[in-house]
Order: sequence, then C-alpha cells, then structure tokens
Amino acid sequence: MPSSQNLPPLHFVLIGHVDHGKSSLIGRLLHDADALPHGKKDAMEEMCKRRGVTFQWAFLMDALQAERDQGVTIDSAWIRFNSHGREYILIDAPGHERFVRNMITGAERADAALLVIDAQEGLQEQSFRHGFLLHLMGVRQLGVVINKMDLVGYDAARFNALEKEIREYFERLDIDPVAIIPVSAVEGDNIVRHSANMPWYKGASVLEALQNFQARGESVDLPLRFPVQDVYRNDTQRILVGRIESGQMQVGEELLFSPSNQTATLASIENHPGENPAQAQAGRCVGITLKEKIFIERGELVSHSKNPPVESDVFRARIFWLAQTPLRTGDVCELRLANTRIPADIENIEWVVDPASLQRNQADNIQANEIGEIIIRARTILAFDPFDENTNTGRFILARDKQIQGGGTISMQGYTDRRLTRRATNITRVPHHVTIDERARRIGHKNGVLWFTGLSGAGKSTLALTLERRLYEQGFQVFVLDGDNLRYGLNADLGFSPEDRAENIRRAFEVAGLFSRAGMLVITAFISPYASDRTRAREVIGDSFREIHIHADIEVCKERDPKGLYEKARSGEIREFTGISAPYETPKNPDLTIDTAANNIEECVEKLLAYIEAEFRL
Amino acid sequence: MNRLDRLESQSIYILREAVATIDNIAMLWSLGKDSNTMIRLAQKAFFGRMPFPLLHVDTGKKFPEMYAFRDEYAKKWNINLLLQECPDISETDEDLPPAARSAARKSLGLKAAIAAHGFRGLIAGIRRDEEATRAKERVFSPRGSFGEWQPREQPPEFWNQYATDPPPGAHIRIHPLLHWTERDIWAYIQREDIPVVDLYFARDGKRYRSLGDTDITRPIESTAATIEEILDELAQTRQAERAGRLMDHESEDAFERLRVDGYM
Repeated sequence: MPSSQNLPPLHFVLIGHVDHGKSSLIGRLLHDADALPHGKKDAMEEMCKRRGVTFQWAFLMDALQAERDQGVTIDSAWIRFNSHGREYILIDAPGHERFVRNMITGAERADAALLVIDAQEGLQEQSFRHGFLLHLMGVRQLGVVINKMDLVGYDAARFNALEKEIREYFERLDIDPVAIIPVSAVEGDNIVRHSANMPWYKGASVLEALQNFQARGESVDLPLRFPVQDVYRNDTQRILVGRIESGQMQVGEELLFSPSNQTATLASIENHPGENPAQAQAGRCVGITLKEKIFIERGELVSHSKNPPVESDVFRARIFWLAQTPLRTGDVCELRLANTRIPADIENIEWVVDPASLQRNQADNIQANEIGEIIIRARTILAFDPFDENTNTGRFILARDKQIQGGGTISMQGYTDRRLTRRATNITRVPHHVTIDERARRIGHKNGVLWFTGLSGAGKSTLALTLERRLYEQGFQVFVLDGDNLRYGLNADLGFSPEDRAENIRRAFEVAGLFSRAGMLVITAFISPYASDRTRAREVIGDSFREIHIHADIEVCKERDPKGLYEKARSGEIREFTGISAPYETPKNPDLTIDTAANNIEECVEKLLAYIEAEFRL
Repeated sequence: MNRLDRLESQSIYILREAVATIDNIAMLWSLGKDSNTMIRLAQKAFFGRMPFPLLHVDTGKKFPEMYAFRDEYAKKWNINLLLQECPDISETDEDLPPAARSAARKSLGLKAAIAAHGFRGLIAGIRRDEEATRAKERVFSPRGSFGEWQPREQPPEFWNQYATDPPPGAHIRIHPLLHWTERDIWAYIQREDIPVVDLYFARDGKRYRSLGDTDITRPIESTAATIEEILDELAQTRQAERAGRLMDHESEDAFERLRVDGYM
C-alpha cells in the first residue's frame, strides 16, 4: 500500500466506446504495472484451462470485481491501485449513452483522461461526446490509446492517419494530447514496456503517460475563496464554517464578503475544539470568527479585498443537460452555485454543439446528454469566478423540481463585473432646501428621464432631437443626453469593452438623474443593451424613470446604417458590436415601445408627445 | 495536506452540508469502528456539540462488550442517544435466507424509528470498498417512503452538490465515509486515538474484522492484537472485510436484496 501518503492520488478516467477494449486494457495495465495481487493471473489462467475457455484479460476485471480484493479494490466505477509508490484511481466510465450521469458522477474530479480507440474502427460518436464533456468539466490532460494494433498488423500508416484525425479534433478544443499511444492490450505492446512490434513508435508507454499526469491537488496559489457553508452560534461567538476552495487566510487579515460587500477582520481560525492555527489554506474545512459584528449567512463568498470574485446577476455558461425533459429558453431553474441556491431564468440558448463536428447549431432547447451555451440571469446578484480562473467557484448545477438536471461552467464574455461600477459606501446625501414639488410647480411640469434604448440605427437620436425641439416649443424644460456627445467630454476616457460600456451608461444615468432632480425633463439616447444596466438606471433615478424601447428590426437598422457602423462590424473593423457580435437584451416590460419601422418620424413623435403630456404635465 | 487530512476534510464538509440542508437528521451508531470514527468527525465538524441525536437500532443480539462500550461512551461523549428495538424475526420476509432474515430485523427497526421520529436524513457509516452494492452508492442517497433504495435510478452527484431534498415521506441517507477504505479507518483511529471495542483485536488466534449480531457474525483467523498489526494484516490479506458477516454470503443476491429494502 501507499508509500507516498502525502501525494494526492491521481484520478484518471478511462473513456471509450463499448467494444474498444477498455476492460482488457485495465487488466493488462494492472498486471504489467505489477499492481495485481501475486498469483492472480496464474490462477485465472488455471481456471480458464479447467473450464476449457481461452484466457482473456477482461476476465481479470470480472474476477476482481467479484472478489473485491484488498490489493485492487473495484467499485462500480473506481479502481484503486499503486504503482511505483503512487496511488492511482482509475475511473471506468460507462460507455452507454444513458449512463452519462454516472460517468459525470464518477469523473467529476478526474485529473486526467485516457481515451481508448479501436485501431480498426477509429473514432466513434461516443468517444467525441465523452471527450468534449470531460473538456467542459475542466479535464485538460488527455492521453489517447489506439488499441488492437495487432489486428491491423502494427501498421504505422494506420496509426499516423488516426493520430492526425485525433490531433485535429482536439486542437479545436485547445487540447494537446500528452501522448497518442499505439498498443495491443492483448499482446502487451506499449502498455508498460516498449514494444518490439512497433519500433517506429518512440513515445511514452501507457504507464509512462500516466506517470506524467499531474494530480490537481489543492489550489493554494489562487486568490482566497471561502464560501460560507453555515453559521454556528455558541455562547460567546459566531463561527462561520466552510471549506477553503482556493488560496489561504491568515489571522488579522481583512476579509471581504460578497455579494453583501462587507468587510471584517479575521479574528481566529477554529479547526477543531482547542485547535486554533494562525493560518489555513485550500482544501481545509475550517471555522472562522470575526472581530467586527456583521450579519453573514450561508452563501456569502469570502475573499481578500484584493482579487475579489466577480459580481453579476447575468453570465454566459456552457452546460451539459442530463434530464429527459429538455431545457428551453424562458425556463426557470434553481441555480446552485457553491452554497447559494437562487431562482434563475434561462434567458437565451445561444447554441447546441454537435460533439463530432464541434459545429454550433441554433436551437431553442437542449436535450438530454447534449452540450450547449446559454445566458443565465439570476434573481439576485451572485459572487463567483469565471471557470477559467477558478474551477471551484466557476461552476454550478441547475435543478428543477429539486432534482439535479444539469451542470455548467461560467464565462463573463460580453458581460461586465458589477463590482467594478459599484459606488462608494459611507456617503450620506445632503438634503436640499428646495423640494422637487416646488421646482415642478415653478416649471409647470414634473421632472423625469425618458430613457431611449434600442439598436444602433433604430432612430433614438433622431427622435430624441426632434422631440426636444417640439417639447421646448411647448414650454418644457428639456435636454437631450446623447451617447456620442458624452463620449466627447465626460466619457472621453472610456472605450467599448463590456466594463467601459457599463461605466459609460452609469455616468449617463447619474447625469440624467442630476438634471432630472434639478426639475428638467431629460431624454437619453444610448443603445444600453444590457437589461441589468437599465435596471440600475431605474434604481438610481427612481419613479421619474421611463424605459422607452425605440424598436426596429436588426435588418431595418442594417439597411439604415446612418453611421456606417454595421458595415464596419461586418468587416470585423469594430468588435463586440451590439446586434452583430454582442447581445442586445430586448426590454421585457418597457413603459412605452415606439416602432420606427411601422411608423414615420412624425407619427412616432406624436405618440411620444401624447405620452409626455399625460405623464409629466401638471 | 496528507491523505487522512483530505479524507477528514471531505467528511466534515459532507456532515456540515447535511446539517445545513436537511431538517431533522440522526446519525446511526452501530457501535463499530466506522461509526465511532464518524462520531469523532462529527465532534470536529460541530466543535464538540453534535446538532443531531445518535440512533442505535438494537437487535438485542450484539456482543456484551458492545453494549458495555455503548453505555460507557454515550456518557463520556455526552451523546443524545435514541434506542430503537427491533421487531421479532417472524415479522421479516420469509423468502430471505436465515441470516439475512435475522439482519432484516434491523431494517424493520430502522423503519420504525424513522416513522416515530420523522427523520428526513440518516447519517450512516458505510464505505464503497466494503461490498459491491455499497460501491455504487452516492454520498447523499435518496430513499423511498418505505426506505427502499433504487440503485438504477440514482441522481447524478458532482461538484459537491448533493440531492438534499427527499420527497414527502421519504428520507436521504448521508454517507460521510463513503470514500474511505478499511485501512484509512484504522489509520485514522490510530492517529486520533479513537476508542473501539476490544473484539477487533486478536485473542487466541482470532479477531472480529467486522462486528454485527452474535448469531450471524464470525471472527477471522488473526494474530493482529494492535492497530499497527491490523494495518499490516490489511496490507497482506486477500479476504474481504465482511467475510465474517453471514448474511452477505448466503446467496448471490441476499445482501443486495437487504439493501434495496433499506438495510444500511
């Protein structure tokens, strides 16, 4: 048994089509790696002789399964063995389609994968699907075993052709297989020792490839992430418990709690009764106490103020779906992210992938065992990390009817971290001595913000400026805030990244709010593609905010293209252009919708004037 | 972190998750090495105050040493102990072989306890490496309203997200030791100095490797009289841990049938 008690064991998953020789490979590998109990194979051969059947390596597996030997223990999916002082846990993934959920259950913490392919049959649909799924789950170390080389005469040309096909496929997933190994499990070629039958192959044997895989271990070097699992109260203190998912913490440090955005000092680390280390790191389940009294619940994510997690209610996700009932656009699921459970809307299904071609197809649902990309909007702000940056806090599951139905990994591509645009705390507003009602009585109308949102070319600026003139003539104190004009001055420091776009909008609605509080009627003309930004504008501005959707189909807008921007987006000159390469989130419940394709400018202005008369005239 | 630290951390996470997500749970205490280990883990997880009772489903046929152990440590560990007696063997399934029938009394006693206390979660100390059907278990394993297990219809379980919601009338079995091996248990008992019944240690060339009822449990040939020697013995042995538990071996599927019907 293990001589290397402190090395994390290497979990690797064996995937492949049903008849491509997985069991034989396992039997042979355990034998050649000297991991089988002594005499096991001789006894098997003896028994086969008695019964008049030919010995097969796969029999060894069955025998071990039945006997549950101490040397090699076999679960339904896990085989533990030791070789050269290292512990390996081989996860045997069921080949059948309907066992995908078992395969995920088994493979969830695989460090690496070995894909077994029959040299005669080549890559099969199932191999692609499993490979893609493991990639989605974050398994990046891959070895490919081309089995049954003896049946193709140890043909180098056949191997080279398969190798090329495999490399091309995995290149598209950004996976570079550490080894592609021609073997014969039955003959023992290249399993542990190099084979004389294939002198043309100079690479690693299967066991050598395994030895080169790294076990993931604990993510000590990443920023601190400590999701609060529970809060225990005793007579004297409140202990927050949880597992440190990454990084480390030190007594005396300041900790940041997200999404509540509170800070407190780490007073003590409570391991077990009477054990209070000054420092704790990833992998440990600990309790902590705080110096300051703040209200914290299960679900908060603890970090340092430097390198905090992302905060957002909306994000992009690659998901795999396991339930028989497909996931559809508009569905509501329970999102379970670390220790948070929150209702979330499936806002859009971007695409569903064909695992063989990696082609992304349009779809309005994701079926059982399919992989797709979706946009999820949670009902509250969440704290998390993009999966690429922190695996443990960048993944989630989706449940419906309290059943786990799918899982996914988070990307913030096209979306912005709301933490970056949060306002400072501890600031109190100074009250004015002139009330907003007094201002309205003097001016003759109520104050307000008419927030025009819509695609570029929908007619926002044209309508805003025409309306401004007409309202002015009717005695309104009115002013248009135009996106381009603000970018000349106040927002001249901002570009077009998702973060800068969000900041651009934030400054715009703050300014609009100030003008409005001064008693004026403000008309804004910003694309403002994200529902979350418009919601924030409404939160900040308050009751006088009106969301007005200036609507025209994207085709109409492309046709108009008053600034030549669609052409530039099409040619790739402009990246992340709304409607082309960045999302426009159509308002769900706007206060007013103006259809500029169905109505001419005059008709649109009349509708707006009627609305304003009714809503704002005293 | 070393191997035992990792195992301990994972078990503590599971115990805390059970308490955070399921109301009204109990921990099963069979008085054996695994459930004693589980108690130690719970003492650590909850800083010495276990937020649930311990339930001993008593067949009345345990070894006298085990009852003495129970009474001594229930007091020492300040345990909120619930005792549940088991019905007579005449109430068990007549189709089962004799030892399995005897063991089935425990399933019936357990069902009675669940009905009496309305438990929604039961923490049990089973391990994957013990036995083939236990190998297929989940950490959070839903049971039907009659306590039955459906091995083919198990929910997916990944990324530390568990099936925490039993349907009305049903409950969840929670298995914090599922990923431990027999050797891990002994190594942890040694490290943490966890008390166990003396029957595990060899006397006159025999010891009990797994403890159950007196009438259906047999000792193995062994000279291992200390934990050190037990660890050495386990490194060598070719015998299964539960070889001495008669109900596992009467017929090919006897134990699976017991488990499907709610046995631990």
